[in-house]
Amino acid sequence: MATSEIQVAERALQHHFADMEQQKETSTFGMWMFLLTEIMFFGGLFCAYLVYRASYYQAFVEGSQKMNIWLGATNTAVLICSSLTMALGVRAAQMAKPKLMIVLLLITIVFGFGFLGIKAVEYHEHWVNHEFPGPNFHFETGDPAHPPTDPQHTQIYFSLYWAMTGLHALHMIIGVGLVTWIVIVGWMGAFTPEYYNPVENVGLYWHFVDLVWIYLFPLLYLISKKHGG
Amino acid sequence: MANHTEHPDYVGHLIPAKLYYVIWAILMVGTAITVFAATVELGVFNIVVALVIATIKGTLVVLFFMHLRYSDKLTMVTVVASIFWLFILFSLTMTDYISRAWSTYSGH
Repeated sequence: MATSEIQVAERALQHHFADMEQQKETSTFGMWMFLLTEIMFFGGLFCAYLVYRASYYQAFVEGSQKMNIWLGATNTAVLICSSLTMALGVRAAQMAKPKLMIVLLLITIVFGFGFLGIKAVEYHEHWVNHEFPGPNFHFETGDPAHPPTDPQHTQIYFSLYWAMTGLHALHMIIGVGLVTWIVIVGWMGAFTPEYYNPVENVGLYWHFVDLVWIYLFPLLYLISKKHGG
Repeated sequence: MANHTEHPDYVGHLIPAKLYYVIWAILMVGTAITVFAATVELGVFNIVVALVIATIKGTLVVLFFMHLRYSDKLTMVTVVASIFWLFILFSLTMTDYISRAWSTYSGH
């Protein structure tokens, strides 16, 4: 924060850009190109889900009954709140309010850990119930009148569940790391209203991870709830 | 908060904080609706409703939280292209899996 205006401008504007606006647009475009590859990365898993769900619908319904909807819904809400604080944090950086940005990003990190904590509780539940694909996989519907249609196919559901939510959780961990980095360099005064591209891009990453969860939640937790509450 | 109407000394579009709160509220309500809708038996339409709500929520996230509505055209094309390619992945894969059963129709 002690750096003079000129030094900041020199550090921030790379010589191959016309102005700060163009530099930011280029940086955002680059981030979106990366997110495009991320969409295709998750897309492969979503595609596998689509194929197997279409083939073994009943087995998927039975697997989905084991999900804790309330923990899943809470986590969805936690992520939406974290996206709000992230978006407001980027806005604070844009408005030259570094302290506000740091506070908002710290709240975002807390939400991030909250999500991962709730996810860990769910994972533990599935793990002790043998709902993890592999040699120890064992599946019961919990209703003696309706034995599992095909546990092997429900195992595919759980494979996809662990792979998709696991990859998502990995992105969350990386996201928390990135936000922490922004907080540290932000604290050192790295950003100005003209140069906050890293904040913007980490924000894009964070929102993207939220976006993935918005689809994962209904697809994995809410397949046909004949639950009855 | 309101004294930012003079010449902008920042880059990018400054979105009013109020709009973010509105988007957040819609996303929260959308989550509640999607959970509720899943408990109503709609047959094949359960997944349709779930995906429509998810897509509305996702669109809001991309347009406002991710600033796409205020981005340049190149970025918009990039996003549309990614969705287009995703659908190529889904549709070509499904045309294969759906049509595989056709050759074994006599068996059923």
